[in-house]
Amino acid sequence: MRFELTVNGQAHAVDVSPDTPLLWVLRDVLNLKGTKYGCGIGQCAACTVHLGGRPVHSCLIPVERAVHAPITTVEGLSADGSHPVQRAWEEIDVPQCGYCQAGQIMAAAALIAQTPKPTDADIDAALSGHLCRCGTYLRIKEAVHRAAALAAGTPTDQRHAGRAGDGE
Amino acid sequence: MHMNRRAFLKVSSLAGGGMLLALYARPAAFAQGRPAGPPLEPDAFIRIAANGTITIMAKDPEVGQGVKTMLPMLIAEELDADWAHVAIEQTDFDDTKYAGQFAGGSTATPLNWDPMRRVGAACRQMLVAAAAARWHVPASACTTTAARVHHRASNRSIGYAELAADAAKLPVPDVQTVPLKDPKAYRIIGHTQRGCDVHAIVTGQPVFGIDMVRPGMLYAVYQKCPVFGGKVVSANVDAIRALPGVRHAFVVEGAVPAGDVVPRDPGLMPGVAIVADTWWQAQAARKKLQVTWDEGKGAAQSSEAFAQHADELSKQPPAHVLRHDGDTDAALKNAAARVEAAYSYPFIAHAPLEPQNCTAHYANGHIEIWSNSQTPGSGRTMVAKLLGIPEGNVVVHMLRAGGGFGRRLTNDYMVEAAWIARTVGVPVKLVWAREDDMTNDYYRPGGFQYLKGGVDAAGRLVAWQNHFVTWGAGDEYASAATLSPLEFPARYVPNFTLGTSLQELWLKTGALRAPGSNVNAFVIQSFLDELAHAAGKDPVDFRLALLDTAPLPDAEADRQPKSRTFDAARMRGVLELVAEKSGWRHRTKQPGRALGVAFHFSHLGYFAEVADVSVSADKRVKVHKVWVAVDIGSEIINPGAAQNMVQGAIIDGLSELMAQQITLEHGRVVQTNYDRHPLVRMSQAPIEIEAIWRKTDNPPTGLGEPALPPIIPAVCNAIFSATGTRIRTLPLVKSGYSWA
Repeated sequence: MRFELTVNGQAHAVDVSPDTPLLWVLRDVLNLKGTKYGCGIGQCAACTVHLGGRPVHSCLIPVERAVHAPITTVEGLSADGSHPVQRAWEEIDVPQCGYCQAGQIMAAAALIAQTPKPTDADIDAALSGHLCRCGTYLRIKEAVHRAAALAAGTPTDQRHAGRAGDGE
Repeated sequence: MHMNRRAFLKVSSLAGGGMLLALYARPAAFAQGRPAGPPLEPDAFIRIAANGTITIMAKDPEVGQGVKTMLPMLIAEELDADWAHVAIEQTDFDDTKYAGQFAGGSTATPLNWDPMRRVGAACRQMLVAAAAARWHVPASACTTTAARVHHRASNRSIGYAELAADAAKLPVPDVQTVPLKDPKAYRIIGHTQRGCDVHAIVTGQPVFGIDMVRPGMLYAVYQKCPVFGGKVVSANVDAIRALPGVRHAFVVEGAVPAGDVVPRDPGLMPGVAIVADTWWQAQAARKKLQVTWDEGKGAAQSSEAFAQHADELSKQPPAHVLRHDGDTDAALKNAAARVEAAYSYPFIAHAPLEPQNCTAHYANGHIEIWSNSQTPGSGRTMVAKLLGIPEGNVVVHMLRAGGGFGRRLTNDYMVEAAWIARTVGVPVKLVWAREDDMTNDYYRPGGFQYLKGGVDAAGRLVAWQNHFVTWGAGDEYASAATLSPLEFPARYVPNFTLGTSLQELWLKTGALRAPGSNVNAFVIQSFLDELAHAAGKDPVDFRLALLDTAPLPDAEADRQPKSRTFDAARMRGVLELVAEKSGWRHRTKQPGRALGVAFHFSHLGYFAEVADVSVSADKRVKVHKVWVAVDIGSEIINPGAAQNMVQGAIIDGLSELMAQQITLEHGRVVQTNYDRHPLVRMSQAPIEIEAIWRKTDNPPTGLGEPALPPIIPAVCNAIFSATGTRIRTLPLVKSGYSWA
């Protein structure tokens, strides 16, 4: 069947069966590989994208239910990695393997859009549905705070100013 | 490293000219411990482009351990490159050029610390020689910084790019004698450098194995028997082929291993392959798949029966005695206080977040493979053997892995992809569903350890007896199901017995992050804690006294290099440090909240950890803070990444502690996804994990694994101090605990 989707601001027509999860349309039909498959049952949230601005598990959304609202994937968060969440993730060097991070980033972006100054409890609530097999949670939390500060226009945080070259 | 890497690499490869450095020094440790490969031929580690870009090759599999950044740092340091203008390129697997292209055993640092620095130093020496010749000055009068050679006396300097063509014509210096820097002069080593792929990751670029796409590629799933080793009797492949998008569906005979013990990597198992235009079509078709299986001997197995049989075996003398010092029976009899305890722990799965996958293209007797295996070389050998083609006809490209943890040390997904690719004749990407991964793992072996220990009137540990009930047949052990007779406290207790009994197991087992150690530390450090309390001693003091004991001589230990055997002084160093940093001596007694301590030596690293833990009346556990004291030698090569790795290892250990278990019923794995084999989540993680580096005058060693083992007993020992309940069974959920 033919479905019309708006992904990262672009209209796409795809011909797939209606029960195809949005995740696999994004990955294998539209070749947007940033969104990841981890569990297929909504346990890991590596597949998180924004549907109408809200974070959803794309592995659980059949394509037929994704036609009514714009979809944003990690590739569409910014053209060049300049979204405050991406900048914060890079500055704090969050990833180990990196596989879950697109999902974490999408959840964090949705959080700070709704809650510009999130508390630790806000972050726990928004991100505890996301698994990180490498256990980078402490850095993720730090990076969400940093992203909120960047989004609010805070200049370089001295805690991280030298992270790329310091001797810790 | 803020430039767009794709554009960057393109420029350097277009620029041409430049210099290739042809060097490799074989790491001595690698040569000793493993079968010799084909003779190593020199190849390029460093490329200096005319525009000044220095490209450094990363040769090892990147599975999240940071090796793709760390190894080039070693080269760049001695080269005196400008790190901000270094590009890093992943190599293919190529054992004619590179040695030791595997990710396992936390070995990348000890194997590469010396040779990688020598590669950089030799290249630097050639560049200096080229500059000195151009200026007609002695090389000794030249210095280097940030990819430039300077001659201070004449106030001249020149960039490496301008020297590269001249330098490439010079003889390569002897790598074994090329001088290395004084570590005090390091500008890159010991300074935090971001992961070289971080920008690609946060922008969603296709860097992982599962992201691979080839022109005309099809997608495959592979259904194996739910009981390990089961064979296909029949399958409705004709009906499957008629489903939407399905191009191929076929039975694969595979080969069930013979014998009573499953080999380490048994190769292509029987199953049914479905190949379709998209992965979802293949996966959806699978729901209609009907297979009649001959389940074989594995079908009779259950976790319950294993536990019963272990209990029976524990009442008999061990089948094998691996170590016997002194007279353990008499020492136990005469001890002032005795403790007996039965410890057990389950099978668990690796479950890296990126499911197993592999892309392959077979044509005309050659096969090209794109994989994130931790052992691409072993995979290549298995594929060549399976397909009956020379190893030289198998090309393995190495891609980033979404986690390893030991799961990708084996190559089952690679041989499956290879077989399917040969059958279909076009590029094909095999992707396992999570359920395939969870139910077809090489599980961390569960086990049962029956201990007796005794202390004398002075509170000293005088007797230790362990009957380890593990897996195997005859005297052959299942993979990763062993316990070394040199494992501490062996040699430090005058009367010591270690025996084993084996039960048969028809299931794949294998190394999971800190194999052996991730369970033995739990048993040993928990039981030491029991004995400390029996002796009326402080748990740190009791351990320090044990470490102060002169070790018994041991022929096997004495044959090994000193760096490989347990060094009590180094352990004492980290134990004292963690006690100091955690405020152990000043801790106050609080109801339901306590500190627990443990240490462990593995992968050449010394780790002592303290956990601050509270336990509520309804058994809800919170780990507030963990202190991790680390001795992995003289340098922490990439401190920021090292801190990240330590924090991750602690959280990984807590996942194992609380809730992970794989159980068998009628030979089938019960847990199929993360809902029943859970990981720690953000809200459950410790609030703070502090890594404390204790640098010692020893060669740097690895960090991927050894931080994990002590956290499990440290928390269990804290739970005992907080509640009086001793944890002897993992995971904690079996005893009614949960995260707060």
